Amino acid sequence: MAKRASDVEKLVRSEYRHGFVTDIEADTVPPGLNEDVIRLISAKKAEPEFMREWRLKAYRRWITMQEPHWAHVQHSPIDYQAISYYSAPKTQPQEDGPKSLKDVDPKLLETYEKLGVPLHERAKLAGVAVDAVFDSVSVATTFRKKLADVGIIFCSFSYAVQNHPQLVEQYLGSVVPYSDNFFASLNSAVFSDGSFVFVPKGVRCPMELSTYFRMNAANTGQFERTLIIAEEGAYVSYLEGCTAPMRDKNQLHAAVVELIALEGAHIKYSTVQNWYPGDANGQGGIYNFVTKRGDCRGANSHIAWTQVETGSAITWKYPSVLLRGDNSIGEFYSVAVTNNFQQADTGTKMVHIGKNTRSTIVSKGISAGRSQNSYRGLVKVVGAAENARNYTQCDALLLSNQCGAHTFPYMEVKNPTAKVEHEATTSKIDDDQLFYCRSRGISAEDAVNMVVSGFCKDVFKELPMEFAVEAQGLLAVSLEGAVG
Amino acid sequence: MNAVAETAPPYADSFAALQHTRAPDWLAELRRSAFARFTERGFPPERAEDWKYSNTRALQKLRFSPATTPPTNLGTEAIAAALLQHPQVQRLVFVDGVHVPALGSKHAAVPGLRITPLDTALREHRADLRELLLPEARWDNDPFTALNTAFLADGALIEAAGNVQVTAPVQLVFVSTPHTEACASHPRVMVTLGTNVKLTLVESYFGLDGAANFTNSCTQIALAANSRLDYFAVQREAQGDFHVSRVYVSQRERSRFASHVYNLGGEWVRNDLRVRLEDAGASVRMDGVYLADRSRHVDNHTRIDHLVAYTASDELYRGIIRDRGHAVFNGKVVVAEAAIKTDATQTNNNLLLTRNGEIDTKPELEIYADDVKCNHGATIGQLDEQALFYLRSRGLDLDTARELLTGAFARVVTDRIAAEPLRRFALEQLASALPQVAAEDGA
Amino acid sequence: MLSIKNLHANVADKEILKGINLDVKAGEIHAVMGPNGSGKSTLANILAGRDGYTVTQGSVSYQGQDLLAMDPETRACAGVFLALQYPVEIPGVNNVYFLKAAYNAIRKHRGEEQVDAVKFLGLVKDKMKLVDIDTAFLNRAVNEGFSGGEKKRNEILQMLVLEPRLALLDETDSGLDIDALKVVAKGINALRSPERAMVLVTHYQRLLDYVVPDCVHVLAAGRIAKSGDKSLAAELEQRGYDWVTAGASA
Repeated sequence: MAKRASDVEKLVRSEYRHGFVTDIEADTVPPGLNEDVIRLISAKKAEPEFMREWRLKAYRRWITMQEPHWAHVQHSPIDYQAISYYSAPKTQPQEDGPKSLKDVDPKLLETYEKLGVPLHERAKLAGVAVDAVFDSVSVATTFRKKLADVGIIFCSFSYAVQNHPQLVEQYLGSVVPYSDNFFASLNSAVFSDGSFVFVPKGVRCPMELSTYFRMNAANTGQFERTLIIAEEGAYVSYLEGCTAPMRDKNQLHAAVVELIALEGAHIKYSTVQNWYPGDANGQGGIYNFVTKRGDCRGANSHIAWTQVETGSAITWKYPSVLLRGDNSIGEFYSVAVTNNFQQADTGTKMVHIGKNTRSTIVSKGISAGRSQNSYRGLVKVVGAAENARNYTQCDALLLSNQCGAHTFPYMEVKNPTAKVEHEATTSKIDDDQLFYCRSRGISAEDAVNMVVSGFCKDVFKELPMEFAVEAQGLLAVSLEGAVG
Repeated sequence: MNAVAETAPPYADSFAALQHTRAPDWLAELRRSAFARFTERGFPPERAEDWKYSNTRALQKLRFSPATTPPTNLGTEAIAAALLQHPQVQRLVFVDGVHVPALGSKHAAVPGLRITPLDTALREHRADLRELLLPEARWDNDPFTALNTAFLADGALIEAAGNVQVTAPVQLVFVSTPHTEACASHPRVMVTLGTNVKLTLVESYFGLDGAANFTNSCTQIALAANSRLDYFAVQREAQGDFHVSRVYVSQRERSRFASHVYNLGGEWVRNDLRVRLEDAGASVRMDGVYLADRSRHVDNHTRIDHLVAYTASDELYRGIIRDRGHAVFNGKVVVAEAAIKTDATQTNNNLLLTRNGEIDTKPELEIYADDVKCNHGATIGQLDEQALFYLRSRGLDLDTARELLTGAFARVVTDRIAAEPLRRFALEQLASALPQVAAEDGA
Repeated sequence: MLSIKNLHANVADKEILKGINLDVKAGEIHAVMGPNGSGKSTLANILAGRDGYTVTQGSVSYQGQDLLAMDPETRACAGVFLALQYPVEIPGVNNVYFLKAAYNAIRKHRGEEQVDAVKFLGLVKDKMKLVDIDTAFLNRAVNEGFSGGEKKRNEILQMLVLEPRLALLDETDSGLDIDALKVVAKGINALRSPERAMVLVTHYQRLLDYVVPDCVHVLAAGRIAKSGDKSLAAELEQRGYDWVTAGASA
């Protein structure tokens, strides 16, 4: 029994598995940010004027803004002039992305193979269409043709700007305006690429769409932008994965994701976030400051966010839903695991505006090591939102005596037909449960994983199958050595 | 001090006037430093997280001056509704912040219990007074406590030496009366219980019709090992009254604090109740009922700090929001790294009954220890339709049925009061605002 | 198979076991009886390796090995099984998944091949009939929301599947109605074999109406106050514990 503590220690001490660097020549803009840099990024991407002007407006707004500090996280000041705002693999055709996988540098393909993201046609077997973003640019989008046959556009953001400018102009910034917040404004000014999805009226996307983000170059920031539009009655399930090499300096990732669901549309957005979390001493790691927001614009629309957050040194993200359409539904399922010196301040906002809108929030926080893990959420019911319903369940599991678990839920209600319910619990991992597993022959390590997976089950079951398996695995890795 | 530098800081005139009264050097110095702190910090900025839903603009706009001479014709009957009936009650009455001995109880003193009006203690230059005051570090960040300290003049000292079980309840009544010019009062209450002391304390804030004053109260409570305080604060001020209260509690080994805060009156109310569990075995029960009706604004902020191992807290606040009322609840439970085996429960339930009402609630947990069991829950909803139907099917009209269920909703909190006669008094006070509560008692 | 010698143990600095001596041979069933607070559950939990107990003196050997030096999972893999008095709920963990993980962990320890889900399910279903458990049980979370009787039957099912060499049953009969008790007894009897030993910890003798023990021990104030054959159980039923315990504390 005395052995237990050390078993648990060992359990948590696992290595980050995606920490390799790809040796590839990159076209990197020198560090620093001013209007010329923005014009340069825009020019490199041969963007139309509206895009360039939008970026400049965002930049001009951003320089008037203050970096926010209300989250329960601490970090040393970020020098925004020391970051390079554009980095692209040199071998990549710059104009409009690769025409096919044959054009993609084999080294890049190899990188994604190592990461377990198959870009080759054998990906067909997995039935997942993948857009891969390497540092700042999209390197390959698979299945583009097959999707186009049913009218779905799935491509890199740059490609969309070139080829579907009217759609981009119509929807970009319509959910997260360029003035929304400090990091969103920065992203609006400098974003280099990302994914674009358009599912036309009545179309049910025949496969899972997926983007895999990879940050490779040192001293760069990654600022991707994702825009997903589901027209009337459309359905799409979208998966996002991310990794980065191990570097001892912090790197900034400030992405923006906008989802638009028109009448009767359903968007499922799943994330498995595994950016490099820094080493066991808190050295290095990604600052993940992300703005994700969905707009249930039409009646009977439905947006569901599912996230498994295991990486990043600091996570600051609140995937939200504006429930504007009558009878619209917003969901948020989250597992956030922090270990060592990681800090996570994550949660959601559900804004009930239409009638008979419903939202569900399930958040599971797991803290280990010396990490800090906070849930921050807002449920807002405006005066006109008749019959709004929200249920929130927020649980935190503590695996060490040096970590923190915090809950900051805000509920603002102005309508007398609303029912809002919030429940939260925080406790240590149960010794009796661990003993019970072990008394049946299961090892201490497996017992911890089993109990923690059980704790997260309500979230994992919302993930598409392939991701659920990956998430379980990640959880086990993240917690290696975590129980003390 | 930038934009408002040209105009004199609020309360500067009142503070200048106070300089003409005689005071020992230490007190004059304390007041000066507190006023400097208040002037420096000013009223809470609108963006401040703790004031997110409570705008102090209306309070800032009004100019309050201290009441100097309370009405002489005020009799006990005018405040009868506020009085706790008990054969041995020890009562002090303050009118617009000034102690009025004539209205107090005349019962014989209770052995082991010392109740001193603060102005008396100040006049008598009690040597230990300065040590009894809340250390500056604890009000450093709060402008209202600073303001209270700057105008420190009256209130009460309640001290019980060790090993007494006081059966006589203590009641402090603060009456707000109508004036041609609105006035501000800053009562300070200091409660010190020795080891193994048991005491019941009631603070009643009562307003006469037409009053529109500002009461800025501060109560500090120190509980020694094994002591127990049953504390009931009822706030039934007049429709125009502003009320800010600060209650600071520190608890030693195995002490128990049972707090019941009922907000049933006033126009704009903000309460902060902070409890520090400083030794093993200390426990707190923290209950409250708030009624935000008419155009009333009621904001309750509570904070419990579990500082050491083996401490417990159990909190239940229930609110009723109707008419154009706006209620705010913020309950924070902080568990320090050393505070293993903490057991903390917090529940906040709200009935939002009308279209123009608003409720903003935020239960918070900040946990830095691992071996703990903490939970909180918050709900916002309406009366149970099934229960309403059931009552109506038995012949009650809709309004009565609603009142009955609303009363029952609040009554759940009152029923948690273990101590008599406190429970009955709480029920009576609740019935002044929710008449169906008493009807349900059958008595 | 099991040899307990002069076992002393504390719970939070209070001595609960004050010198237990007990020998259990393969093929035997021993009943350990005694009033509440006599140390019965403490003994069972110590044998399974639960935290919170400090052994201050004595030894326990199991198949010649020092049992007390082993981790709980090592004991389980070596064939020790404890049916808990209060089986633990594990939300989110599927019952059959849990059982399969345990089964394969033990097989792995023995150097045997892992069993896949299909084969395992077939194996479990046979055992389930014995203890009258519905298949719906398998897909619920471990013990979560189970009634008291369901939890106890689930313990017996685990025992039947894991086939231990030494089974310790801690008050498995408590809180059961007569039908459930018969089911539990049937499960226990099914496992009875010359290679296997069982220790039934119980307060009442009624389980012993269905599972006939070879030896009965009365535990009182942390010691074995009296040992006998099955007739001792009947005598306890008639006369209560006082006549035995009075002697123990003297």
